[in-house]
Amino acid sequence: MAELIVISTLNGVLFGMLLFLLSSGLTVIFSMMGVLNFAHASFYMLGAFFGYQLTRWIGFWPALVLAPLLVGAVGMAVERYGLRNTHKHGHVAELLLTFGLAYAIEEIVSMVWGKSPMDYRIPAALDFPAFTVFSTNYPAYKIFMLVVSVTIFVALLIALKRTRVGLIVQAALTHPSMVGHLGHNVGRVFMLVFGVGSALAGLAGVIAGPSLVTQSDMAGLLGPILFVVIVFGGLGSLPGAFIASLLIGLIQTFAVALNGSLASLFGPLDPGLGPSPLTDIWNVTVAQIAPILPYLLLVLVLIFRPMGLLGTRES
Amino acid sequence: MSNAASPAPAVTKEEPGGALSFYGVWLIAAAALVVLPLIFSSGGSLTSFSLIGIAIIFALSYNILLGQTGLLSFGHAVQYGLGGFLAVHMMNAVASHNWPIPLPAIPLIGGIGGLAFALLVGWVMTKRAGTVFAMISLGIGELVASSSLILRSVFGGESGITTDRTALMPLFGWTFGPQLQVYYLIAFWVLISAIAMYALTRTPLGRICNAVRDNPERVEFIGYDPHVVRYLAYGFAGFFAGIAGGLTAINFEIANSAYLGATQSGFVLFAAFIGGTAYFFGPILGAILVTYLQLGLTNVTSVSLLYFGIIFIGIVMFAPGGIAGLLMKHRPLIRAGSLGMVIPSYLVAAIPTLAFALGAILTIETVARYSGGEGEGSTINLLGIPFVATAPATWAAAAFLLVGGYLVARLTWLRVAEAWDRAATVARDRGYLA
Repeated sequence: MAELIVISTLNGVLFGMLLFLLSSGLTVIFSMMGVLNFAHASFYMLGAFFGYQLTRWIGFWPALVLAPLLVGAVGMAVERYGLRNTHKHGHVAELLLTFGLAYAIEEIVSMVWGKSPMDYRIPAALDFPAFTVFSTNYPAYKIFMLVVSVTIFVALLIALKRTRVGLIVQAALTHPSMVGHLGHNVGRVFMLVFGVGSALAGLAGVIAGPSLVTQSDMAGLLGPILFVVIVFGGLGSLPGAFIASLLIGLIQTFAVALNGSLASLFGPLDPGLGPSPLTDIWNVTVAQIAPILPYLLLVLVLIFRPMGLLGTRES
Repeated sequence: MSNAASPAPAVTKEEPGGALSFYGVWLIAAAALVVLPLIFSSGGSLTSFSLIGIAIIFALSYNILLGQTGLLSFGHAVQYGLGGFLAVHMMNAVASHNWPIPLPAIPLIGGIGGLAFALLVGWVMTKRAGTVFAMISLGIGELVASSSLILRSVFGGESGITTDRTALMPLFGWTFGPQLQVYYLIAFWVLISAIAMYALTRTPLGRICNAVRDNPERVEFIGYDPHVVRYLAYGFAGFFAGIAGGLTAINFEIANSAYLGATQSGFVLFAAFIGGTAYFFGPILGAILVTYLQLGLTNVTSVSLLYFGIIFIGIVMFAPGGIAGLLMKHRPLIRAGSLGMVIPSYLVAAIPTLAFALGAILTIETVARYSGGEGEGSTINLLGIPFVATAPATWAAAAFLLVGGYLVARLTWLRVAEAWDRAATVARDRGYLA
């Protein structure tokens, strides 16, 4: 039991930090531009695939730097030539544009790389067990992922709180027109933020690719969870996104590790009852309902605290 | 989308014979629905018509949300799928108990299923509009789609639940075994639902929905609760989506978890938006086009979904009114008789635009064949000309068409814009506001 708790906590924090790499960009983009970027998870997927391809060509470490930069460039192009032109048609049109993009990116990826999982391997330098807890070898690569995500988190925090650019970004979050009046190029700030957000998503993809599965449906699997994270944390709240990321990461990891069901807790139902929704619910294991837990959480939070954990905005 | 409310009242005032032309449209539609299978009687076209009919109801129901009330839903397939499941269960129950319920009444059961679920979750969902509603609808959609795989006894797991539509009691000698009879059943429901949904847009509720879409704050000032209005709209949309789901269940004699999923929700969003959400007939056009493309493209290319995405992005960026919006833009010009001024520039622009589109298609197909190479061979047959995906000549042709087409098309579209301005000015001078 202790082993399960320690390992699941480590994995959960890791998954949570990975979620935060994605949700931080998403939530900053949302609060600045009012655009919920549907294609954010697609940038994560692009990161993984670029990382895979560049790793094959020039090795993992250059890919770790180059792939996020490439994804960031794609993101900036999307902002400059797509979103900025669509802005005049309103937020719904912008949301739909990113929805169409997510769709197109998934199709392009499966067109170029196929639909089957990629052989994206952990670099040899990190392919060893870091330490052993209760007879389980914990891979060094996961520690590396954790270190990278925490580093980025700290860097992001410093950049937002301690630098001039961060100051402008923070100001543009709440008062974009005032920032424009003060002579800052808000359009360029938007493009930059969009680029950095996409690059962070790309970085998450590069480091998650070898550990999780690099496949053309990875964006579709992660995207909805990402939206749950930022709605749960409160739209536009960075600390909220952080707490929600960790929480959902931990919940999902623990749920997957648990094999209990109502049947194992209270004993099996009378077999004479026959199949019914009750027997389905009775026999389903916690691991099986892990995929729907985030959405259940979303519904609960919407009923009891519609603005999310730390959100302040009504809509 | 904001200009949706204005054209409709103007029409009724301008035309004195309005009643005749108003009912005439529906009579023509009814006649077309009856005659269509007599003209195109092959099995394939009957199947296509059936699917298109269902898509029309589904897309129109979606437009109650997106077009009329301004609610962008990413989970509309939930009501559709649940309606389908309820219809299948009902059909099985009716068949096993020999209840005197004929098959044509089953879609109504599906509608009630959709309505019930919409009313159940709608109150929480419609508290807020805009982006938050979009996210919640996505979350509910995922929740239901994932849950359907857990509740195996109700949803039948991966394989779904099957039924037999001929097991129900026959109506006037119709057993609904042949596809033709199913087509007429669907056509009947298409007409009824379309009339009902159109009528809904003309009721005070439909009008206040438009007001909630455009300015919820003012709606509150005149004494309505936008939340209640959105909730009602959500319920109606769920009802008609459930009817579409019930018809699908009858058509395929199966309901499975794919009906509830994100793909289906995306499909209806594409259909409604590509057709145009600002006009009632927009989603009908979109449903016809998207279903037709879906059926046609899958045989021709392996990346048909990519084309959907690109068409959708193109519409969002360059014609947010959809096809219906594009068509209706020309109305004042036709009335003022100045349409002739833009036609030549259209014809000139059509050539490089077509070249650009062909270049794009050739590029996509080349990449798809080159990297995928799964089975179907590397020869692309475009307009009867065979292109070999591995030949540099093909790449050059694709690049030439793509880049050259784009550069020339840009110039010609500037000319179109100028011609449009002139024609619109003429129309405005003659008193038809563009």
